[in-house]
Amino acid sequence: MALLELSGVTMRFGGLVAVNDLSLALEPGQLYGLIGPNGAGKTTVFNVITGVYTPTSGTIRFDGSGIVGERTGRITRRGIARTFQNSRLFGDMTVLDNVKVAFHCRQQADLPAAVFRAPKHSSEEARVDRESRDLLKIFHLEAAAGERARSLPYGSQRRLEIARAMATSPRLLLLDEPAAGMNPHEARELMDLIRWVRDHFGMAILLVEHNMKVVMGICETVHALDYGSTIAVGKPVEIQSNPKVIEAYLGGA
Amino acid sequence: MKGFLAAVGVVAALFVANALFTGAFGASLAMSPYVLQVICLAGINIILAVSLNLINGFTGQFSIGHAGFMAIGAYASAFVTVTFGDRLRSILSFLPRAGQDGAILLAALAVGALLAAVAGFFVGVPSLRLRGDYLAIVTLGFGEIIRVFILNIDAVGGARGYSGIPKLANFFWIYLFAALTIVVVYRIVHSSFGRTLIAIREDEIAAEAMGVDTTRSKVISFVVSSAMAGIGGGLFGHYLMYLHTNSFTFIKSIEIIIMIVIGGLGSITGSVLGAVLYIALTEGLREFSQYRMVVFSFLLIVIMIVRPQGILGHREFASFLTRRRRAPAVPPAPLEN
Repeated sequence: MALLELSGVTMRFGGLVAVNDLSLALEPGQLYGLIGPNGAGKTTVFNVITGVYTPTSGTIRFDGSGIVGERTGRITRRGIARTFQNSRLFGDMTVLDNVKVAFHCRQQADLPAAVFRAPKHSSEEARVDRESRDLLKIFHLEAAAGERARSLPYGSQRRLEIARAMATSPRLLLLDEPAAGMNPHEARELMDLIRWVRDHFGMAILLVEHNMKVVMGICETVHALDYGSTIAVGKPVEIQSNPKVIEAYLGGA
Repeated sequence: MKGFLAAVGVVAALFVANALFTGAFGASLAMSPYVLQVICLAGINIILAVSLNLINGFTGQFSIGHAGFMAIGAYASAFVTVTFGDRLRSILSFLPRAGQDGAILLAALAVGALLAAVAGFFVGVPSLRLRGDYLAIVTLGFGEIIRVFILNIDAVGGARGYSGIPKLANFFWIYLFAALTIVVVYRIVHSSFGRTLIAIREDEIAAEAMGVDTTRSKVISFVVSSAMAGIGGGLFGHYLMYLHTNSFTFIKSIEIIIMIVIGGLGSITGSVLGAVLYIALTEGLREFSQYRMVVFSFLLIVIMIVRPQGILGHREFASFLTRRRRAPAVPPAPLEN
């Protein structure tokens, strides 16, 4: 059974059809790329899956249950985490605290435990601290743990976004242009990191990306959108030579 | 254990200080009643400022209704002591006089805090969907509704004001609750739950995407903040022995906001500093007589121009003492595969 299944999802904003009758299925552990020219509706797809928008029609099933109409936080707790195209870090919090926030949704101890400093709270805090530092290590941010997220260099901010999303222990990770603004060297490193994370943690990844080298290099399946509609789905090599995709990117001859 | 000893130490110190100020160790050591009153009002302001900072500074939700919750706590707890005080006292007759006073005050404050919390819940649930200016206007409106509502309850004096409240609060109780407020807010902020509040302030959409139930977090912080304001109000009534709704207009809410803004939004020690500074300035400028508020406003403008983030900004006082050295720049580490 597919982990994530979209069938016939349409998102309309007034007269604009941002996503038109989209269907896709992600298997557990799959690396799935979503490409398309600017304005093709890629980020809207993310927003629909994560409950930021409620689709005009269509169904979205995650792990067998419908999630349309649920709140973003609830969907995240089900196991879908995302990053944002323009970094949305908690700028004034430390790098470590950024990751810790994302652990909260899996924590047990609540407010009274914190106010009375119950042993349960302290032991859980210690565990979260350890696990957060482990995550930072994977993303090469451990040296910056005490820095404010705002003061990180751009490439590190992008990595922190992914680390933070990982802290919610997702089974599906949505990455919205993680390589945007990176130089080729950084993009290649990020590509290796994404693949390593997938292999190590075994979650499925849905990747929106403009950098074709990244998409074609790591995705097993690529899904091309144009004006909200699917124009091709297949293996990277097939997509690269698909005339419709080439036309969408370069314009008709 | 360390925390328990510290708590005992604070209580003992407050107790001795209270005795000293009120002249138990000789009139020559006592503080002038005027100065003592200013100090006590500063303590109540600390409670109000630190609690409002939880919602305005840490959670980043701009509320201007704090005086309303303070009023609920003040009137509810005063009503308890005025109506049931004698009965409670006869039940507690086995205790010494000061013990009776304390127990009655605690019971009254508990009722005041509870009612303020309930009001905070019912105001918070609908209004915390709103953001920024809209939330500010709605909380302002609710604050005024509460005040006008109380003004029309004859059982608590209505427009005549509520008199005959026994003087149960003193320096000891006010500063005990100020310390308690600071500890509780500190612990909330430095907890997993507190991090969700700060995350909401920094970026609500991202916080929700990280699995934070933002509505729940906001409502809880609002309720806790309101309950603390209720305690502040209860102490206020039992200290001045008289209540009038004119003390709880939105001007009072604005005053509390000024305290936390000059101290630094999102800084507990900043709120304490702001509360003390506010009352020190308003009292200290009395010699300017009719120009007092002009000088005061001018000083506020100067503070905001020189330090727009407030005196302490987002930081706590202690972080200025232990100068943090900047971590050296780390070259990007090679990636493992």
